Amino acid sequence: MFNSLSDRLQDTFDKLRGKGRLTEDDINVAMREIRLALLEADVNFRVVKNFVARCKEKCLDSEVLDSLTPAQNVVRIVLDELTTLLGSTDSKLTLAQNRTPNVIMLVGLQGSGKTTAAAKLAYLLKSQGHSPLLAACDTHRPAAADQLATLGGEIGVSVYRGDGRDAVAVATGSIQEAVDHLNDIVIVDTAGRLQIDEEMMEEAVAIKRAVRPDQILMVVDAMTGQDIVNVVTEFANRVDFDGVIMSKLDGDARGGGALSVREVTGKPIKFVSMGEKPESLEVFHPDRMAKRILGMGDVVGIIEQAQKVADEQQIQDAERMLREGFTMDDLLSQMQQIRKMGGLAKIMGMIPGMERAMGQMPSGAMDDSQLTRIEAIIHSMTREERMRPKIINGQRRKRIAVGSGRSIQEVNQLIKQWDEMNKMMSKMKGMMNQGGGKKGRRAMQQMMRNMGGGNLPF
Amino acid sequence: MGFFDSLKQGLKRSREAINEIFYMGGEVDEQFWEDLEDTLVMGDMGAEVAMRVTDDLREQAARENLTRANQLRDALAERLAEEFPTAERDPFTDLPSCVLFVGINGAGKTTTVGKLAGRARDAGVSCLIGGADTFRAAAIEQLEVWGRRAGVDVITRDRGADPASVCYEVVEEAEKRGSRLVLIDTAGRLHTSSDLMRELAKVVNVTRKRSGIPVSVVLVIDATTGQNGLNQAHEFNDALELDGLIVTKLDGTAKGGIALAISSQLGLPIYRIGVGETLDDLQTFDALDFCRALVGEGM
Repeated sequence: MFNSLSDRLQDTFDKLRGKGRLTEDDINVAMREIRLALLEADVNFRVVKNFVARCKEKCLDSEVLDSLTPAQNVVRIVLDELTTLLGSTDSKLTLAQNRTPNVIMLVGLQGSGKTTAAAKLAYLLKSQGHSPLLAACDTHRPAAADQLATLGGEIGVSVYRGDGRDAVAVATGSIQEAVDHLNDIVIVDTAGRLQIDEEMMEEAVAIKRAVRPDQILMVVDAMTGQDIVNVVTEFANRVDFDGVIMSKLDGDARGGGALSVREVTGKPIKFVSMGEKPESLEVFHPDRMAKRILGMGDVVGIIEQAQKVADEQQIQDAERMLREGFTMDDLLSQMQQIRKMGGLAKIMGMIPGMERAMGQMPSGAMDDSQLTRIEAIIHSMTREERMRPKIINGQRRKRIAVGSGRSIQEVNQLIKQWDEMNKMMSKMKGMMNQGGGKKGRRAMQQMMRNMGGGNLPF
Repeated sequence: MGFFDSLKQGLKRSREAINEIFYMGGEVDEQFWEDLEDTLVMGDMGAEVAMRVTDDLREQAARENLTRANQLRDALAERLAEEFPTAERDPFTDLPSCVLFVGINGAGKTTTVGKLAGRARDAGVSCLIGGADTFRAAAIEQLEVWGRRAGVDVITRDRGADPASVCYEVVEEAEKRGSRLVLIDTAGRLHTSSDLMRELAKVVNVTRKRSGIPVSVVLVIDATTGQNGLNQAHEFNDALELDGLIVTKLDGTAKGGIALAISSQLGLPIYRIGVGETLDDLQTFDALDFCRALVGEGM
């Protein structure tokens, strides 16, 4: 398996870290590694050249070379440079105030995820209090309009299909439809097209001319390789888009393309698309993205994700746990939380340094099958045993082991883990009583909320 | 448009880039090797393969005393072609055959199934399409449109049905009808989603177990994919034991170098490449032709 960008940089900086003072040669070695790593992360070749040159210049500053911690300084410079390149502020949609309906148009290559992104965008706008209308202007791909109609139906947004033949006619029709039905935003989904397909590019321009969109967003697959530069340059020249939606970022692609797009077209990345569900369209955070690329961990991301899955019920559960102690059922529900968040591996990958540690572990050590085993053991316990694990004696252990198909040792291990967590729980309870007051309780709630998903029982 | 022409057109950009290097001058110098490596990297071949190929070529140049850049052109094409393993069996012509198409979202699985069905029908082969993408909205409708165009029956179930049981039914129906070629479309999924990968492994296992005719699992990969394509291929291969690849969307400016990286690292043959929108643009893959087109050898 080839090294990911973060692994490569980490290796380089580990080497640098051993040194008190860096020479120009050291910087050259580091820059070579960075160059290779960025290339493997699909950052475009030319962009890499510029980027590395800029970083090198800054690193050769005497302040960096003479400082006590040159390696950290190099890391900081690379990170800053990366963040700047990705765009320094969070971008939002800019819609004309005095126009109804506003129009957003989506363009991109085949299979980049336009239709899915259209539905997600509609969902996002709807949740912000808008009343969007989806216009199915992909008249080329079979059943594209059906797909949009189904997705629209799922999120409760109406879809305008027109005659399903002439894309421009559908687009203009959708504006009238929006006026008639009091929709304030029209999202125009267009057919996927190659940037060298003259006829299709002409169609995109014609749609643009017909509906004069407030915003044109280009959907770019995060897994795209070097060619991304040719694609976005041509789209920028012909249709001139305003921003980018990066799709399929829930995979393990490093998304180096994001760097290239910014550098080559100067267009901001406005959203990132992180999965199949309609709510998985997120605002782009350049700083987080840069950190993620550099393997510094997306800690903010973990907390947000934990907060998303932790609902009111779980906060109540947490309070009950503090009052009455931690049961096996609680352990089980934590386990299921982890699954909801995308499994151990995904969470671990977001914690700083963990990615590297995981690389060194034998494969399967961080396997979610461990979760399944623990689940099986807990499922083999009686209700009473789950509520009061203290009553589990030798006889019961044997029965649980047989019932779950695991060894007695594994059952023991689980009980020991539970015991430790329970002790931790009572410590926290003590802390809370000491601190007392409303403020302490709130802090504890916050802690529990984060713990709900992030805390690992082993 | 013939095979060479369409392939040539698709690969025009990369050929121009490589031509630039070759025409730079007669004698090759350090700069030449560096540029060559960079160009290969730019074609999404991956730094690893690019370096290995250049190093090998360098040795060969020293050994055979190849001092002129255009002499190296032949050597490079042959060297690149060696990276591709050859297919022992073509699952689309060695019949009877059952092929499962897997890949990430938007790679072009459904379209590929549609095109292959059309070609099989034209060649007079009794063909059956299975729609095991019961997840994506309107995937079944899309496949049915392709089926109607090709004049091939599509066996599927409603959205949300268990894809493994759909496959079971498809194979059963194919046996009943005596179909010679069975093409099964599956739902696109990211290789990082372990649950979905397990589901797919089940689909593949059920089909392999139930089917009386040879089953091939083919990974469909988008030519514009970058180095992440390797991760994809590794994960899909680990979970499903792939038989080969189909590379789509080679008609753009993407060089499809990732195809070379995957094919050589995993030892998977490339069965077909997609170089355009029409039925005929799904071509049989020929490593040397592909590489010659890539380096722009006198075509």
